[in-house]
Amino acid sequence: MDDVMLSVSNLHVEVSGVEILHGIDLTIRYGETAALFGPNGSGKSTLLMTLMGFPKHIVTGGNIVFKGQDVTGMTVDERARLGLGISFQRPPVVRGVKTRDMVTACLRREVSDGELRDMAGAAGMEEFLDRDVNYGFSGGEIKRSELLQLLAQNPEFVLLDEPESGVDLVNIAVIGDLINRLLQKDVRIRERSHSGLIITHTGHVLDYVSARTGYVMIDGRLSCGGDPHEILLTIKQCGYEECSRCVK
Amino acid sequence: MREVIPDLGDAPEDMASPDGSFGGPDPDAFAADAPEMPYVEDLSSLPGDVKSRMLRAGVVTDDLSGRAGTFIQVDHTPVHISLAQDGVEMMSVREAREKHDWLSDYWWKAVDADADRFTSNVEHGDYNGYFIRALPGQKTLLPLQACLYLGTDDLAQNIHNIVIAEEGSELHIITGCTSGTHSGAGLHLGVSEFYVKKGAKLTFTMIHDWQPGISVRPRTGIIVEEGGTFLSNYVIMKPVKDVQTNPVARCVGRDATVRFNSVIAGFPGGRMDLGSTVYLDAPGSRTEIISRAIAVGGEIVARGYIEGNAPDVRGHLECRGLILDKGGVIHAVPELRGTIAGIDLSHEAAVGKIAEEEVQYLMARGLTHDEAAATIVRGFLHVDIEGLPDALSQEMQHAIEASEQDLM
Repeated sequence: MDDVMLSVSNLHVEVSGVEILHGIDLTIRYGETAALFGPNGSGKSTLLMTLMGFPKHIVTGGNIVFKGQDVTGMTVDERARLGLGISFQRPPVVRGVKTRDMVTACLRREVSDGELRDMAGAAGMEEFLDRDVNYGFSGGEIKRSELLQLLAQNPEFVLLDEPESGVDLVNIAVIGDLINRLLQKDVRIRERSHSGLIITHTGHVLDYVSARTGYVMIDGRLSCGGDPHEILLTIKQCGYEECSRCVK
Repeated sequence: MREVIPDLGDAPEDMASPDGSFGGPDPDAFAADAPEMPYVEDLSSLPGDVKSRMLRAGVVTDDLSGRAGTFIQVDHTPVHISLAQDGVEMMSVREAREKHDWLSDYWWKAVDADADRFTSNVEHGDYNGYFIRALPGQKTLLPLQACLYLGTDDLAQNIHNIVIAEEGSELHIITGCTSGTHSGAGLHLGVSEFYVKKGAKLTFTMIHDWQPGISVRPRTGIIVEEGGTFLSNYVIMKPVKDVQTNPVARCVGRDATVRFNSVIAGFPGGRMDLGSTVYLDAPGSRTEIISRAIAVGGEIVARGYIEGNAPDVRGHLECRGLILDKGGVIHAVPELRGTIAGIDLSHEAAVGKIAEEEVQYLMARGLTHDEAAATIVRGFLHVDIEGLPDALSQEMQHAIEASEQDLM
């Protein structure tokens, strides 16, 4: 099992006293990208937030092992420094904190203005460096800001919560390109060390980012591990009702 | 002109008066006289601790190349005046009164001498202060700096400043008000009158860096004529016993502009009642009042008052307060008054804590909880100031950053 980067075993999670995830098992290997489908409220975001360690998401059973370490009891920042990173679906506005402050914080080193501008330029975010992070950003700008921060952070495992939501078709290609950089898609599969888990409703992002495996989350349970494109096709043809029947 | 200043006269020192302002100290309980200080030709020869105190208040003493002029007053004595800019006058206000007969037209015209016992004390006491005037059309590139230094224990320091930006001129001033490290009790009374003439621009940045035993009562009036701009930045990020001030600006000319930015930190045992008042008396005049208050103890009252008395005026007031875990009280009092149709006044006020959601967001990028909280606090205290020279922005930022450790 040396090639396993993330292993989730029998994970049970509560939020505000209500169990949302009921025994999740999931394995993602080094270099692997997985897609996660599921209807609204099924627990997809809860899984991502739990993997990242947000304290409102309380693990009541099971564990999370990342790069051979049990991270179940680790704080968010400890996990981030170990190599986990997340792109939020709806990140908070932090008034007064500039996008450049966030990118610099993610880099955790001194950076020249030129280097910062180059990085931001690649994400189409150069004009946003001196704006309060996420303040007044459009849907696409939020996603690009999130990915810019992740590129600076350079996590080995990337959690992406609906990276294409609120993004127009032209910008999805840009988003896809940034995700591919994060996931080292330009490197041969065997040499890739970065992995990812992508929540997608529409599957549009999969037109730009290749995923090896797909899962469906129904009522806090995972089902249908398999080819993500086949899963997506089934969902489009039969809806999530078919997945619900599978789970039962 | 009558200033709107809360009457603090009968309120006991340790009790808030009914209008929410703090009671004040009795100037007569402090010494009126201080020893005459010798003139200091070379500021770099000042004792290290004095220079350090001045620097914390944004006043440089070793290299004056970045300043268009320097005025230093210790207690009642101006000890240094130097000017490196043509078209600008800078001298003690006493000297200016002797030199310019016409100064009586400006003397106690923006601030009422009878406003309260503090103004009265300045009028009748052994006052001094600075007189700064930019001649018509003269634009200074570098800021002028002034330091009002309270060096003697138990002294009531009486200051009276006059600043005039003549028609079409541009003037940038940084004033650092501070006290010696040895200072126990003390009272700083500072009357400042600003006159911004037609089409002139005046930026005034004041950094207060006192000691926990000092009481401070600035009294400020500003008159802005047609097309003139007055921009005030006030920073107080170090412990003080109590401060009460409420600068009053009047836009008396069409399209006059006034902006007040305040960055305030409250510490245990300290009490601050800090306001800004703007009367929009001429058509098209506009104002913005922004206040950021952060409390780790003590009590802060953050006031703002905008009154629209002419058509097509615009005003916005923003009071934001942050109470950190260590506690403290922040009382935001935003007030708007309109007396005529066709005005546009608005305000927003918020007092709260650091949002845990924001902390977690930053932690997801690898920052520790403390680093994340410090980043959010730093951001909260950052105020974008349009039109302020870089040098002054940097001084403000230094004063704020130097206090982050105290806050966190």
